[in-house]
Amino acid sequence: MKKILIVLFGLFAFAAAQNVSLNGAGASFPYPLYAKYFSEYNKLTGVRVNYQSIGSGGGIRQLFAQTVHFGASDAPLSDDKIAEFEKKFGTKVIHVPTALGAVVPSYNIPGVSDTLKFSGQVIADIYLGKIKKWNDAAIAKLNPGVKLPPLPITVVHRSDGSGTSYIFTEYLSKVSPEWKEKVGKGKSVSWPVGLGGKGNEGVAGLVSQTPGAIGYTELIYAIKNNIKFGAVQNKAGKFVLASLESVKAAADLKDFPQDTRVSLTNTPAPEGYPIASFTWLLLYRDLDKDHAVKSAAEAKAVADLVWWVIHDGQQYNEKLLYAGLPEVAVKISEANLATLRYQGKPVR
Amino acid sequence: MLERMHGRLGDVLFTWFLVILGGAVLLIAALMAWELWSGGALAFHHFGFGGFIASSSWDAVKGQFGAWPFLLGTVITSALALTISFVPSLAAAIAIAEYTPPWLGEIIAYLVDLLAALPSVVYGLLGIFVLIPMLRNYIEQPFFTWAITKAPWLLTVLGPPTGIGMMSAVLVLSLMIIPYSSSLARDAIKLVPRSQREAMYALGATRWEVVRLVVLPYARGGIFAGVILALARAIGETMAVTMMIGNGHQLPFSVFGPAATMASVIANEFTEATGDLQMSSLLAIGFLLFLLSLLVNFIADYILRRMTAGEGRK
Repeated sequence: MKKILIVLFGLFAFAAAQNVSLNGAGASFPYPLYAKYFSEYNKLTGVRVNYQSIGSGGGIRQLFAQTVHFGASDAPLSDDKIAEFEKKFGTKVIHVPTALGAVVPSYNIPGVSDTLKFSGQVIADIYLGKIKKWNDAAIAKLNPGVKLPPLPITVVHRSDGSGTSYIFTEYLSKVSPEWKEKVGKGKSVSWPVGLGGKGNEGVAGLVSQTPGAIGYTELIYAIKNNIKFGAVQNKAGKFVLASLESVKAAADLKDFPQDTRVSLTNTPAPEGYPIASFTWLLLYRDLDKDHAVKSAAEAKAVADLVWWVIHDGQQYNEKLLYAGLPEVAVKISEANLATLRYQGKPVR
Repeated sequence: MLERMHGRLGDVLFTWFLVILGGAVLLIAALMAWELWSGGALAFHHFGFGGFIASSSWDAVKGQFGAWPFLLGTVITSALALTISFVPSLAAAIAIAEYTPPWLGEIIAYLVDLLAALPSVVYGLLGIFVLIPMLRNYIEQPFFTWAITKAPWLLTVLGPPTGIGMMSAVLVLSLMIIPYSSSLARDAIKLVPRSQREAMYALGATRWEVVRLVVLPYARGGIFAGVILALARAIGETMAVTMMIGNGHQLPFSVFGPAATMASVIANEFTEATGDLQMSSLLAIGFLLFLLSLLVNFIADYILRRMTAGEGRK
């Protein structure tokens, strides 16, 4: 009897030691990657991480509601939101980039099997409804030698609010003043022309079903589903096809801001793909200010987890088709993680 | 004596049970309306109740929101779908109840009811992969090219012939609501007393005359109730419509071109709404949808009452 008790007690003690569990919520774009991270991390350390992919907006709301140890978002907090955060909680918010995503233009033109080249201006004019046919002079000029049919262009965009649309419209706002003035950037914008499809699959479905259609999807979705996509001219004038290398190259910047809130669209990197973006984890710098963090041990667990994600975790990025962090982003994130505190004391 | 007491106690308990359940339904409806109203209050306050309904600008970047295109989209799609589905669903009901041999009628009735059991995402897929290419290739594009040469004034009314848009959504919607109006109409027709029909036959009426002069007038209350149920279903349908309507809210809408409905915009934008005003505007649209459904039901109830009152006088 005594023996059994001791064994039971031992089991409970074991269970208690293993019992750190962390909650996170936010972006759905990196969800497959995060699921992989957290299951591997659980095998290594026994720390359980529950991640709910409720969308970036939801992740930020949960961070403000203090129900999560970390939030996750495809877009960094705006200056207004950061000011609101600092005023409300008396601490800073730390952005930690984890991976890179990209958005690619896909098209369906019967009889054209070449990879088309686009410039930002041409994509903007197509989405503004100014370029109406595939054999338009502006498209033909970028694609000498390709026989383009006089087919009307059917523009397809996302109908739901999404980080994908945000990256795409941010890029268009940078390369086209007219787009910036008439439409602007956002997760959902007031599209001047075209059909809306829900989700990447909705857009891809409409593009594949409609001869003459152009749409945009996440790079990962396009690769996984064998969707043909075009090359886009970057700021240096080079036509770049999106790939894990060219997307990673987009983030290889000389002057990388300390808070990592950097927009990579229309990147100056010479080999970089121009429609790319980071996705971030969001943390309270003073972890005790977050009511979800209940002890110093939990605070340390959060910091350890994020440290692991930007180092050892990165090996899973490319396997799951997410571009990994460039060296400069890792270095700066290390410095940012060193500032994490719990009740005034450094966590790591 | 004991048995009587027992019975009475059971009665009382059962009455209370029903009262509480019935009251809970009312309470939940009221709570829903209240939640939607208070969630949408910010938008109603910001744009004004009338201003929010009448404004046709929906732009999350500029922070301007108005329900008009979506209200219009919902009313047009559901009214058209109802109109298109009315004759086929009534025809199916009459055929099953009056014309076919019982074994065949049962099969048809089963299949019609099965239409209601299909998840709406299946209708959406059916639309995208079957209906849209068919409509585009055999109806929209030929008609559009005909209009280019013969009736150029029609082009703006028609809109881009891509297959995705108002017309496809309405057609799928009308297919989806057939079982609702059809099965109620069928039951109503079956309830018409035999004596009525036999009297007509005795006067030498043909089968069609019996249906037209006795069965349909007698069953009109039930038929109408089915139509209203179908309308309510059409107003609220989200998934299939979102997949097929093209989700464009630029007015004016065209026959082939994209449109949007109240349910579709909520489904599209709710998860990633940026800022309080957009979230509130979506809830405000939800509140208007609630009002619209309530209005339809009230009108239906009114008409139904007048119909049955007329029957009483006969």
